[in-house]
Amino acid sequence: MNPLKIRNILLLIGFSIALTSISPALAAEVKLLNVSYDPTRELYQDFNTAFAKYWQAKTGDTVTVQQSHGGSGKQARSVIDGLEADVVTLALAYDIDAMAEKAKLLPANWQSRLPNNSTPYTSTIVFLVRKGNPKGIKDWEDVVKPGVAVITPNPKTSGGARWNYLAAWAFALKKYGNEAKAREFVSTLYKNVPILDSGARGATITFVQRGIGDVLLAWENEAFLALNELGKDKFEIVTPSLSILAEPPVALVDKVVDKKKTRVVAQAYLDYLYSPEGQEIAAKHYYRPRLASQKYASRFPKINLVTINELFGGWAKAQKAHFDDGGIFDQIYAGAR
Amino acid sequence: MTESTWMRRVLIGIALAFLGLVLIVPLGTVFGGALEKGFANAFHEVQDPITGAAILLTLKMAAVVVPLNLIFGISAAWSIAKFDFFGKKILMTLIDLPFTVSPVVSGLIFVLLFGAQGLLGPWLAAHDIQVIFAIPGIIIATLFVTFPYVARELIPIMQAQGNDQEEAAVTMGANGWQTFYHVTLPNIRWGLIYGVILLNARAMGEFGAVSVVSGHVRGLTNTIPLHVEILYNEYNLVGAFCVASILAFLAIGTLIAKVLVKKQGEL
Repeated sequence: MNPLKIRNILLLIGFSIALTSISPALAAEVKLLNVSYDPTRELYQDFNTAFAKYWQAKTGDTVTVQQSHGGSGKQARSVIDGLEADVVTLALAYDIDAMAEKAKLLPANWQSRLPNNSTPYTSTIVFLVRKGNPKGIKDWEDVVKPGVAVITPNPKTSGGARWNYLAAWAFALKKYGNEAKAREFVSTLYKNVPILDSGARGATITFVQRGIGDVLLAWENEAFLALNELGKDKFEIVTPSLSILAEPPVALVDKVVDKKKTRVVAQAYLDYLYSPEGQEIAAKHYYRPRLASQKYASRFPKINLVTINELFGGWAKAQKAHFDDGGIFDQIYAGAR
Repeated sequence: MTESTWMRRVLIGIALAFLGLVLIVPLGTVFGGALEKGFANAFHEVQDPITGAAILLTLKMAAVVVPLNLIFGISAAWSIAKFDFFGKKILMTLIDLPFTVSPVVSGLIFVLLFGAQGLLGPWLAAHDIQVIFAIPGIIIATLFVTFPYVARELIPIMQAQGNDQEEAAVTMGANGWQTFYHVTLPNIRWGLIYGVILLNARAMGEFGAVSVVSGHVRGLTNTIPLHVEILYNEYNLVGAFCVASILAFLAIGTLIAKVLVKKQGEL
């Protein structure tokens, strides 16, 4: 055989080996699972599309993010029981603490691994009332008046409901100055609650679809969504004088990403939440962004917001005192019946 | 006999009114809700890829659950009706267990068994087998909930028929399989088909147990009933009613099949 031919054949072989070894890297397909809480469905639908586009442009890989939604506590339980979430985006830090503590899925210091306490967006608790505000609800004091039916979910199962409860407690504490008065205020509030749904979305459906109640205590984003989905002619949002800064955190689930070898893309997914694009999407869906939004700034009225750390000493403490079995919520709810 | 005629009319009237109230009106609401924005829109809703995935998963699951429970049901009914053995009463009680246990509890049993913190969890994780929050878990939960249907349908039929024909076949030199295929099967045929239809209807419609083990991953582990709940919770009422209609059609189709089979059986 002539040497030129042999060289050509060798080149061809070398080239095809190179091609086969490169091609998987060229067209990698990655799947991520984001286990989230109830009201974020619309946000992550949008965000996942944007991230897929960004990731493809950056690396050439196709990434599909799958979603699971439910009450925050219930979702955390599923991840502990083996639902293979690459990332969790839940309603409150305590639910992710439980994953670190009970199943060692991620380190205990997870919350310090991302900026802003691992919360790329925040929200707060506002009131949704029926059009024209027939019961004249302006602030927390009006919510506890006799004859006002209040819709809020069960704090035992719903993250949003715990924020609702703490917001009411914070208001009373600031106003009357002591714990006993705050407790009295919150127990009067729960006397006005005809139905405790298990999740935030269930409570919203009860209020807007089934027409039960005079005021819904809701996530700000959930209230705006209800307003947009079901008609501005039927409801209006009332912002109380004081509310709580709700910080729904996000985290990488180390044990899962190491097993599925998805750490890099999962980390990029969470980082993208903090990027200007991610922040803009959050603002679009009525979550308060960490970066001031140009386009949507006017949506978010200034409210006097207190944090869980300054008033309740953090989630672990608040959970134990108020929501664990036999805690203050159990005591006042038993009294309210 | 005037009084009994009068009585009969009242009873029929009550039955029809009750049926209308608890069955026809809700079913009408489902179809009405689905068509609220017209046929074209309903068609569009059903074509959504995630809805398609839910329908496909439900059919796949039924395709596994129905044959398995068919085999289990026949063997359980066969052994109970044709043989006497120690623990027969216990086996009969166990077969009825899924009827008495709440479906949610059934689901939780499997989470406690196969979940990451469960009994078999560490072993499954070590071998990289995902049961709960994946299709195997959904299949197992549905198997559990639906396993009495075929056996319960067959046991009375088999017991009523006794062993005479089988014994005659064996005496004449038929082996076990031949006896089953040529003697037993023709006798239980209609009961069997009836059982399978009920089994299938329940398997496709099961919510509670499947909800607990599903993980609710959109487009991956949601069956039709779970997808209906999701659509409802997303304010997509029309979509929810459309998908619910599909489930209702599957159920109605099953019931029509049941009536046809019964007619055949009576001939």
